[in-house]
Amino acid sequence: MTGIGQAYEVFAGIFGALAVASVTGFVLDRLHRGRPLHPTIQNLNARIRAWWVMVVLIGIAFAFGAAGVIMLFGFVSFAALREFITLTPTRRGDHIALATGFFVVLPVQYWLIWINWYGLYSIFIPVYVFLLLPIIAALRGDTRDFIRRIAEVQWGLMISVFCVSHVPALLTLPIVGYGGHNLLLIAFLVLVVQASDVLQYIWGKLLGRHPIAPRLSPSKTIEGFAGGIISATLLGMALWRITPFPPLQAGLMALLITVMGFCGGLVMSAIKRDRGVKDWGQMIEGHGGMLDRLDSVIFSAPIFFHVTRYYWSG
Amino acid sequence: MIAACAPPGKAMIERFIAAVVTAFAHVLTGVRANWVGCLPDPQPRVYYANHSSHGDFVLIWAVLPRAVQRATRPVAGADYWLRGRLRRLVGTRVFNAVLIDRTAQTREADPIGLMVAALDAGASLILFPEGTRNTGEDRLLPFRSGLYHLAHARPDVELVPVWIDNLNRVMPKGEVIPLPLLCTVTFGGPLRLGNDEDKTNFIVRSRAALLALAPAKDSEP
Repeated sequence: MTGIGQAYEVFAGIFGALAVASVTGFVLDRLHRGRPLHPTIQNLNARIRAWWVMVVLIGIAFAFGAAGVIMLFGFVSFAALREFITLTPTRRGDHIALATGFFVVLPVQYWLIWINWYGLYSIFIPVYVFLLLPIIAALRGDTRDFIRRIAEVQWGLMISVFCVSHVPALLTLPIVGYGGHNLLLIAFLVLVVQASDVLQYIWGKLLGRHPIAPRLSPSKTIEGFAGGIISATLLGMALWRITPFPPLQAGLMALLITVMGFCGGLVMSAIKRDRGVKDWGQMIEGHGGMLDRLDSVIFSAPIFFHVTRYYWSG
Repeated sequence: MIAACAPPGKAMIERFIAAVVTAFAHVLTGVRANWVGCLPDPQPRVYYANHSSHGDFVLIWAVLPRAVQRATRPVAGADYWLRGRLRRLVGTRVFNAVLIDRTAQTREADPIGLMVAALDAGASLILFPEGTRNTGEDRLLPFRSGLYHLAHARPDVELVPVWIDNLNRVMPKGEVIPLPLLCTVTFGGPLRLGNDEDKTNFIVRSRAALLALAPAKDSEP
């Protein structure tokens, strides 16, 4: 089967799942009619509606191929970095360094992916920008909280730009015998990680009893974690045909990215706790901000990229 | 004198500039309106807000519904907005500002009179009662008396406090490049001048109503 045909199948599957979700949400809402508004049902339906929008946007980006995907994730990085820096206490002396992050570092990183310069895009932010930003800030002469400010801006760029850019970077991996269908590799990553989030939410709502990290995230439970990870791993295994991996390895990859995704959620929750906010933003109705939806992808994308590159890239 | 209300056949180019500026504000700041104390209403109102950036009125303007937007005019200092051709075009034609002379000694027209005329013609106003941009560490400067005099002249007009959050970080004083940061615009409950309320009391009350909309300050070291 061709890559295009498989892409249609994947999207048809997602649309089917979303249709089931929408119907379920509608029925729940109907059953509850006449009683006071149920926040969980309201939020569930808002989340499902937002999923439709996100899936359609990703679908449009896919239709435009590499350029579309790189543009989409460039925009995603912009929104994520904007949320991150908004919640980071910065000083006037950081202004030029931050503007450089938004208007130079971000576009250059995605341009490097577009021209497929692996040797530079994989070290641009961790090495060059890491050294450049403190230089810019030092030249401004404001030394108060210097290392904390520099570290936070660097962290914001690593999370929002570097890590996110590893999703479109999957397009640049030459994989033997995969016929250049790397868009499907992105579909696999995003689908498994997001399905894991959704399945953890569902298992947690249905069976969740024992909190897994009560101080970070009271809604995450052991039951939700186990159920979500196992079912998302099985989903990843079932999707092996769209990947360059054999079934078992597809399952292992799915396990790896779902566990990383879960940990990403925990780390990003820790930051939110520290900042005293519940959500990163309000961009995506029902979900919160871009970073709320993306935390798991952020932590899984670079690992998935490098493991795939190490074992399968020719 | 400037026409009291938006001219009906506003030229295409000015509408276009307005749309571009508003779109830019949305992309840069992802601005969100929180209508906590009232809802958008086309009747003449005074939106009074904290002032830390030249973009303040654009942000309020950008979150108003289209119909309300067209009839809402910022009150701005003539000394700033008449300097330079582009600024003059944007200030007077695109945003249809009520321009007032901030230096009492030299002015010819009474600022309150101009604002009242605009309200009477059906426009809503955006007013910054601090009188100048706040570029210091204080959350809100002391109010000047303009808001009181306006309320005194038109006691039936609703005065809506509006807190603009984070725009001061987008473009701090002296910087040229704006930073993309999320901003919010919070609309509080409308105020009116009390029957026997004196100036001092009203100014304290209206300022407190605005400060009450500000998010809790970060407990940063």
